[in-house]
Amino acid sequence: MEFVQNFPFMTIILSLFSGPLSSVLDGKKAKRLNLAVISLIGMMSAAVLGYVLKTGEPYVYLMGHFPAPWGNEIRVGYLEAFMALFFCVIMLLCMIGGAKERENQIEETKQNLYYVMVNLLLSSLLALVYTNDLFTAYVFVEINTISACGLIMIRQNGRTIEAATRYMIMSLLGSGLLLLGICFLYDLTGQLLMSNIQEAVRTLYETGAYHIPLLVSLGLMSVGLAIKSALYPFHAWLPDAYGYSTLSSAAILSSLVSKGYIILLIKIFYRVIGFDIVRDSKVIHVLFVFGIAGMIMGSLSAIREDNIRRMIAFSSVAQIGYIYMGFGLGTPAGVLASIYHVVSHAATKSLLFTAASGLTDASGGSVRYADLTGAGYRNKLAGVAFTAGSLSMVGFPMFSGFISKLLFAQAAVGHTYKMLPTLIALAISTILNAVYFMKTVIRIYTPMRVPEDSGKACRIGILDQPQKSLALVCFIILNLLLGLSSEPLIQLLQNGLEMFH
Amino acid sequence: MSRKLTDEQYRKTKSWKFRQWLDGTKDPYLDAVEMKPQIAYQEDKKAKHLRSEEKREIVRRVYDIEHNAEMKIFRKIYRIFSVIFCIALVFMLLVAVSNLPPFGNADNPANNEVAARYIEQGLEETGAVNLVTGMILDYRAFDTLGESHVLFIATCTVLILLRTDRKESREYMEANDRTYEPKNDVILQTAARILVPPIMIFGVYVVLAGHLGPGGGFSGGAVIGAGLILYLNAFGFAKTERFFTVKTYKKMSFAALACYSLAKSYSFYTGANHIESVIPLGTPGAILSSGLILILNICVGVVVAGTMYTFYVMFRKGGY
Repeated sequence: MEFVQNFPFMTIILSLFSGPLSSVLDGKKAKRLNLAVISLIGMMSAAVLGYVLKTGEPYVYLMGHFPAPWGNEIRVGYLEAFMALFFCVIMLLCMIGGAKERENQIEETKQNLYYVMVNLLLSSLLALVYTNDLFTAYVFVEINTISACGLIMIRQNGRTIEAATRYMIMSLLGSGLLLLGICFLYDLTGQLLMSNIQEAVRTLYETGAYHIPLLVSLGLMSVGLAIKSALYPFHAWLPDAYGYSTLSSAAILSSLVSKGYIILLIKIFYRVIGFDIVRDSKVIHVLFVFGIAGMIMGSLSAIREDNIRRMIAFSSVAQIGYIYMGFGLGTPAGVLASIYHVVSHAATKSLLFTAASGLTDASGGSVRYADLTGAGYRNKLAGVAFTAGSLSMVGFPMFSGFISKLLFAQAAVGHTYKMLPTLIALAISTILNAVYFMKTVIRIYTPMRVPEDSGKACRIGILDQPQKSLALVCFIILNLLLGLSSEPLIQLLQNGLEMFH
Repeated sequence: MSRKLTDEQYRKTKSWKFRQWLDGTKDPYLDAVEMKPQIAYQEDKKAKHLRSEEKREIVRRVYDIEHNAEMKIFRKIYRIFSVIFCIALVFMLLVAVSNLPPFGNADNPANNEVAARYIEQGLEETGAVNLVTGMILDYRAFDTLGESHVLFIATCTVLILLRTDRKESREYMEANDRTYEPKNDVILQTAARILVPPIMIFGVYVVLAGHLGPGGGFSGGAVIGAGLILYLNAFGFAKTERFFTVKTYKKMSFAALACYSLAKSYSFYTGANHIESVIPLGTPGAILSSGLILILNICVGVVVAGTMYTFYVMFRKGGY
């Protein structure tokens, strides 16, 4: 066994270990530790990705001295290694971009607790990505939920406490349903290891035994994870949680936390139940319908919004809708498009949150539309970045959003009866996206003479907020990369998905 | 930026014409047009007041259930639908449960080779007489590693929410600490004096004997935590803070979790790389046996006790 193969397990342990360590350090040191840990884990994940690309096949890694059905194990393939690397990159950029906000908005004595949350969140994301065991996944879902709550409410004002309470209630309901589903599945198969469950489920499915509990368990797990990732009718917790928490929390929550659950759902579909069985069940039709409803209703809510942070948050509801619509198509191409959209949305949404924060900084900290007029001139880089992010969300060629919409449309073509609804929903949703994003872009580029004495608006140069500028430039480059040279990545994701079988 | 041309010279250049065209101040039909940039939107105080009043009025009228018929109907329908939905969900789950394999049947899928190996070879492979401890701390130690971090992060979240760090509110909390609780209650103090030592000793026993019989870190830690809380209730913070402050908690839980992580990293690393572990399993039944399990149990016990005590302190006073 080569030394690189140990890296996935080491990254999980390293981030777990750095959590308690941050709690005994002070805020500044904890911040440095956090940045170092994320970068180190990113590099290790890159090495793992290089290794699996070289060997061309997935490998399993024993967690302990006992082989799989008795002990725990993790599994590393293309998709897992890539997702780990990508999550690290996004998290690093989010943490760099929101450094100033954290200093201002979090109490001095509680700074280090923020890094405890972030480090443990990273470990749970890594574990969710790598695990080959359904119950391990549940344990780390718990860590993920609690740390997300902490991230929301660490900026303490009334709105965030309310948002965290809502998030806690909805998210625990989701966890409960997921746990119930796992229990059902364990009772039917007697296994917790993903590959063994799949074998057992396949025999059950072929013999037709326990049909109802199997279906109910699949439904419970899908609904549980859908609630946790804010699929349309369950999105009530989302706008407040993303809209009022501190910048890096909002960016991390929207681009990583909800995506971790979606990756877990893909694993459940492919590695636990088996995708053909999922396709034959009626569950994906439900996901399809709610996905489409989310695409449209999320955008409609975003149009009505007067607060730019909440508008971006509502746009997330629409984008999660896209992802579930891709699952709902029930074809490998649909799932591939969904995974690409996970990547593209994570890169774009964190860009938008960071850019919006730059714009509000230049408008005296106000998030209202009327105050944002002309903000694109006052903070040039944030204006450009927001425009880039908006174009990507709308699906303008050259940006990552275009590729994912193209993939969705391609996946839909040829589908017997879901083609038309998908294409129509894509068209409507694109127009609605354009309405609210372009409205904002026009608003921030409407010239306005600001009264000198008002003290509300100020100019912010690129070097005034070096960390945020760095993060924004990296995010824009990432977006353009995803949009301009998507072919190798699509190839990688497709091969990764095939490895799931 | 300094200008090289004067205004008049500048007006003759092409760049000025382009500028005019860009700004829209030159129109082919109307010739020169004056374009005024938009002036910042200034809302006077009266209008602002009116707007906020309006908003409040809307909220008031919408939630004025006695006069708002729509809201009344909506609430009724909402209630009826939620009841119907719950009944449907309960029905669905009951049907699913009734279709599950019967309880206690020997042919159930759950009674397979996994459980068989745990029972038959558990003692031999983990050295723990208590098979459950062997399962959670050796076979599936990775899950338990996650689980102990769940406890830790839960405490951190409670610290974020409830710890008061500002001086004035701290003093206020300090002064009102015992409003609803007995102060120097003789019965409580006497009972605590008798009860706390055995509780603590029992807790330590449960932790240490986790691999030998029923017990383990989670239950033992809970017992110790309960003992600490009883002691605190009887004697107040002045006594407990002599040995247990927030710093103690942080250092203890860091040490315990770090120890757990390191110990398990060693066993994961050696396990995956097929290196023989040097940790002896000892004779089953002896107190120093079953390899790492005893150490892990102590770590978990420390974390659990600290978590229980910290929760109580945070809810009571918001700080140590």
